[in-house]
Amino acid sequence: MALQSGEKPMFTGYISSKPNSSWTLLGLRLVAFLATAAATLVMLLNKQTKTFVVATIGTTPVNVTLTAKFHHTPAFVFFVIANGVASIHNLVMIMVDLLGSKLDYKDLRFAMIAILDMVNVALVSGGATAAAFMAELGKNGNSHARWDKICDKFGKFCDQGGGALIASFIALALMLLISVMSIIKLLNSHKSHSVLPN
Amino acid sequence: MANTRKIITILLRLLALGATLSATVVMVTSHDSADVLNIKFSAKYSNSPTFKYYVIAEAIATGYSLIVLFLSSKSLVWRLIVILDVVIAMLITSSISAALAIAQIGKKGNSHAGWLPICGQVPKFCDHVTGALIAGFVAAIVYLVLNLFSLHAVLSPLFPAKSYADRS
Repeated sequence: MALQSGEKPMFTGYISSKPNSSWTLLGLRLVAFLATAAATLVMLLNKQTKTFVVATIGTTPVNVTLTAKFHHTPAFVFFVIANGVASIHNLVMIMVDLLGSKLDYKDLRFAMIAILDMVNVALVSGGATAAAFMAELGKNGNSHARWDKICDKFGKFCDQGGGALIASFIALALMLLISVMSIIKLLNSHKSHSVLPN
Repeated sequence: MANTRKIITILLRLLALGATLSATVVMVTSHDSADVLNIKFSAKYSNSPTFKYYVIAEAIATGYSLIVLFLSSKSLVWRLIVILDVVIAMLITSSISAALAIAQIGKKGNSHAGWLPICGQVPKFCDHVTGALIAGFVAAIVYLVLNLFSLHAVLSPLFPAKSYADRS
């Protein structure tokens, strides 16, 4: 039977050194962690205060100060929570990748990593899409429901939110790739076990 | 053991198919109109890009569920199916999440943005959309369970080999 690079002979049955694909996965996880952390922070600090002149009494204008904060909208709150949980997950996965090869129950470890990756992909996709459609509503309004757009008044709020959304979508694409790679890794690790003497 | 697994998988996929199909159909058939102060309010799912995306995403998931239901259990295809399941689960979760966000505004409004709730004017539309969202939520849960189950199903034929590794 052919040996892959770095694999000890079959009767011991485990991979000793870290192949190149593992460094790719680690690099992807690092970038995904940075992207989710950036999305969380940028949306968390998203705030804009603006003063509007509502009416004029005589010669004195009546001012109204309005603030746009991320927690005014449940969609953005869910976005922050989802990206926060995902960045914690990515950080834990990086730690496990770097330090966890000493753990013994390797099969369960790969399965847990694959499952957690799947769950977090769903979480991030939910948060990112909800916030994206909310941002679209804020940008274009909805004439049928008589909802005005708010981006013309709170431009900085919208721009910063848009930046957080872009980071989150990049993180989503990367996390989907990572999830597929960890599932393939899980299936391959089981396949190599099954090639043991029958 | 393998037969039970097959039956459960088929049942789960049928349930997912039913849920996504009903979510699509109920959302598409939701419409209502009301006359308020001589202004005609007409509410359809196509008035909101979010609900349009919801219909498209659930329709794609329905088509996928239908196709996978008719596939035989050959091991080569199942690995691709596991990966595609993850992608479709992501699609469904994103669509239900976005639709829930917009529906919440429709029901409660958003005082900070000056958006009034519309469910008072078009209650039939709101109820219809709620039904579609419940179906979509069930579909998302079923798909997540299905993901875990098909991953387990692909791995289990190989689990007996694990005892070899333990013995060596």
